[in-house]
Amino acid sequence: MFLHINNLNKQFFNQNSTSTVLSDINLEIKEGEFVSILGPSGCGKSTLLSIVAGLTKPSAGEILLNGQKITKPGKDRGMVFQQAALFPWLNVEDNVMFPLRKEMKKAEAREVAHRYLKMVQLSNYTKHSVHELSGGMQQRVAIARALSMNPKVLLMDEPFGALDEQTRSRLHHELEKIWLETRKTILFVTHSISESIKLSDRIVVMGTRPGIVLEDIQVKIPRPRANHPQAVTKLEEKIMGLLQSEIDKVVKEELAYAANN
Amino acid sequence: MQQTIKRIIFFSLLIIGWQAAVRILEVSPALMPAPTDVIEELVKGFSDKTLIYDVLASFRRLAIGLGAAIIIGVGLGILLAKNKTADETLGTMVLALQSVPSIVWLPIAIMWFGLNEKAVTFIVILGATLVITINMRMGIKNVSPLYIRAAQTMGSKGIDLFVKVIFPASIPYAVTGIRLGWAFAWRALMAGEILSTGPGLGYTLKYASDFGNMKMVIGIMIIIGVIGTIVDILFFQRVERNVLRRWGLETNN
Repeated sequence: MFLHINNLNKQFFNQNSTSTVLSDINLEIKEGEFVSILGPSGCGKSTLLSIVAGLTKPSAGEILLNGQKITKPGKDRGMVFQQAALFPWLNVEDNVMFPLRKEMKKAEAREVAHRYLKMVQLSNYTKHSVHELSGGMQQRVAIARALSMNPKVLLMDEPFGALDEQTRSRLHHELEKIWLETRKTILFVTHSISESIKLSDRIVVMGTRPGIVLEDIQVKIPRPRANHPQAVTKLEEKIMGLLQSEIDKVVKEELAYAANN
Repeated sequence: MQQTIKRIIFFSLLIIGWQAAVRILEVSPALMPAPTDVIEELVKGFSDKTLIYDVLASFRRLAIGLGAAIIIGVGLGILLAKNKTADETLGTMVLALQSVPSIVWLPIAIMWFGLNEKAVTFIVILGATLVITINMRMGIKNVSPLYIRAAQTMGSKGIDLFVKVIFPASIPYAVTGIRLGWAFAWRALMAGEILSTGPGLGYTLKYASDFGNMKMVIGIMIIIGVIGTIVDILFFQRVERNVLRRWGLETNN
């Protein structure tokens, strides 16, 4: 196995209460797999991704990448956030070159940057400022930036969550193409059932409070999935059934909280 | 351009009204000279180059003072943002000193440096440094955690993270700080020059006032206002707007 998540627990401590965000998460992910982590808000899926990225420390358990324990962020794991997080003081090309500047010469880094900008179809925007790009274009630059350092795993935290429907659908298509081209291992966090079915080989459905793995589903529908609407709908209904009780739980808790305050 | 036309009409009316009031009410020139007299005095001052020398002398001190204030202020701001103990001790002192107008330091500055350029430059540095420090500190503290997290996933940490991400991300605050620093420095400079020595616009104003030359006093007041406005509008506001737009922080349009 390639990426091991072993007995992972995460608690957050408030003034006098402890909330368990992740409880006993065990996952094994194969190289080249496209895995979606799906769950309602508050299930800890983003925290899980952040721990894999090395940005958050787990309370217990460990994550191994190729047998190496993850303790801090590193270039072997590229991350794409919900906001593009591009640096506005750099132009598009310099943003993509940011992770490369220490390990290669400028000309070489530029070549790599252009290669990935071409992959996300932004070859004509290399010298543009970030603020001149639309949200979807910015997110594509962020993907190119993460890919340019040739990570072993690409971590994506609701990367298309802030985009409009049309843009999102185009980027789904582009991401699928990139994945087929590069065969990167992708860990994709989302709360959209259709998004996860459209893109991934495998869907890890998470429940909430505490965050646990409800079910691990292999998606065996051939790509492109748009050609198999019946199979997609069937799977959608199955996952919806799994999540319904979870969503009810969240709503009930929030109502109780609102009633007490 | 609408705006420019409105401004031209407004200032023309103001000057005409002023001229008419002085002439009709026959106000003594020792109390309020007419605009034509002021203009005449300014033309004389510029043609014999005395006012040009004054402006240059004032600007020289300002440049030295503001330059030093930027270096000290940025350095101090970074220290306060990064070091908790420094922030809790020195930071409180910076806030306290900020509420003391820098001109009240002049008597002690004259004792330390003598009645000369150095004392005035000291006042200018003091006037601008603190506001730059406070803004720089805020800028560093308010860097979006998202930038830091993104940079960390790309292998940046420590000094590299600071130089390549945190500092550039704080530039909008630094620019605002420097713009305010300029405004404080300009006021401190004029006050310092009036109370100490020349050459310089402030000193010439004081000199003219001692001889009851109100034409010159008002002329210099106008120069001070015009220079202040021009630098602020033509330089600082433009730079600030460009930076805000680029950094994606612009609030309207």
